Amino acid sequence: MMDTKRTTFNNKLLPYLLLAPQLIITLVFFIWPAAQAVKSSVEREDPFGFSTVFVGLTHYKRLLADPNYLDSLLRTGVFAVAVTLLSMGLGLAFAAAVDRLARTSRIYTTLLVWPYAVAPVIAGVLWWFLFNTSTGIMPYFLSQFGIKWDHDLNGTHAMILIIIAAAWKQVSYNFLFFLAGLQSVPHALMEAGAIDGAGPVKRFFTIALPLLSPTTFFLFIINVNYAMFDTFPIVDATTSGGPAQSTNILVYKVYQDGFIGLNLGSSSAQSVLLMLIVMVLTFVQFRYVERRVQY
Amino acid sequence: MVENRPFLTFLTHAFLILGFVVVAFPVYVAFVASTHDLQTLLTGAVPLLPGSHFIENYSAILTNVSAAHGLPNYSHMALNSLVMAVVITIGKILISITSAFAIVYFRFPFRVLAFWIIFVTLMLPVEVRIMPTYKIVADLGMLNSWAGLTIPLIASATATFLFRQFFMTVPDEILEAARVDGAGAMKFFWDILLPLSRTNIGALCVILFIYGWVQYLWPLLVTTDTSYYTLMMGMKRMVTAQDGVIAWNYVMAGSVLAMLPPILIVIFMQRLFIRGLTETEK
Repeated sequence: MMDTKRTTFNNKLLPYLLLAPQLIITLVFFIWPAAQAVKSSVEREDPFGFSTVFVGLTHYKRLLADPNYLDSLLRTGVFAVAVTLLSMGLGLAFAAAVDRLARTSRIYTTLLVWPYAVAPVIAGVLWWFLFNTSTGIMPYFLSQFGIKWDHDLNGTHAMILIIIAAAWKQVSYNFLFFLAGLQSVPHALMEAGAIDGAGPVKRFFTIALPLLSPTTFFLFIINVNYAMFDTFPIVDATTSGGPAQSTNILVYKVYQDGFIGLNLGSSSAQSVLLMLIVMVLTFVQFRYVERRVQY
Repeated sequence: MVENRPFLTFLTHAFLILGFVVVAFPVYVAFVASTHDLQTLLTGAVPLLPGSHFIENYSAILTNVSAAHGLPNYSHMALNSLVMAVVITIGKILISITSAFAIVYFRFPFRVLAFWIIFVTLMLPVEVRIMPTYKIVADLGMLNSWAGLTIPLIASATATFLFRQFFMTVPDEILEAARVDGAGAMKFFWDILLPLSRTNIGALCVILFIYGWVQYLWPLLVTTDTSYYTLMMGMKRMVTAQDGVIAWNYVMAGSVLAMLPPILIVIFMQRLFIRGLTETEK
């Protein structure tokens, strides 16, 4: 990862000038705030902001003993896993179908990739409109089956709503990666399978799917990352964390506690815990990328 | 295809068409809603076929509706979105390509440290450090300014890595030949490296433009002055109208228009889009 070229330029100052903009922005807007978050997570500020006291791990202890936080953690887990499974499952199914078709695959690809470009907040607004309890199409449709849809009062319904909206946006991403993976499966293997009498479905499950496992693993990490951190606008445009905290996932909670609730210490401790989660995810992702480069 | 199975092929087409219908459904309904008057949308059964108020709704959203919600003109917000997306795109590409150039083509003290500092940005998305970042932007007096809206977002580890990876594949002989001919570092950069990077820059432009266009949380944090509102914030604001009824017909017309630019880019620049997506790996 650290290589340079065999020959390099030997200007002394130039490389620093070239790096300066990126490094300054990173230090000022990324690393400094992160350090501040760590600092305020172990301090308590008096209500007027005149002085701060070192309080050690108090905020963390309180957070990890707070049923609201643990609840939010659990809901985030459910949400992330559901979004990941739904969007990866559909992405894989679409990719497998498109991969079967030679001539029309370009057209179907075009028909399926564009949701990636829809802004999360607009996706939220669209699904909220579809499921709107008084005028939406979906509640009307569901009522034909005797289901009374009400995400304003029913936490499970609200969770299903944000899962669908978040997964909808991510299907095209997974579809593209699975399609690229499937198209690189050697044709000879599929033919060998066919000669041995395996039908298309059996070939998919016993040949293509195992060969896709690096892609699947990579996408799993990316999707969990997406569901945990990029879905703020979806929650904000639909449920705003409600009803009764039932869709208050961690990124939304850190915003609410910090910005709306003005609880700096707790919000900072939450930030630090979230950073730890991203670090683990990024580490796993890069370990894998490094490994894949080797073969 | 390995063998010919007409029935399975038929099923595959049917599945994909059904899949497309399901995926496109929310956008279709949004479009339909944008062609009816509000009365029709509020009476219960939302229609499934377009109505006759297309021109009326779209000209209303483009002229005076947003003002009634305390927002600037639609075209003003669209221009804000455009400026934000373009500045972020150009900024990210500019500072990433120079960083990658420095890291690959120079040996200097703290080179590895610089690399790790850039890498760390991957682990610190804005969502996890909302409060302290807001505070710094506020302390620097950058709230409600173009600088505050764009500069903190233009650091990019992924773009830097993409260029670094690409530079590593550029043959060393080209650099040696350039040096024999007496080219300095910046001359080599402008005349050789930049033209070679054209496709990568194009692919990144597509991805980063979408990234900039759909930003929501960051503008929400750093702007309170509505004249900096982007389309994303404007549309959200119109559905949170506190005073009673949401003007769904206008919201949907506005949302359809706001979705259009990035969707068209993805459809018409599909090759670059897919390249950018798969090579930056997020």
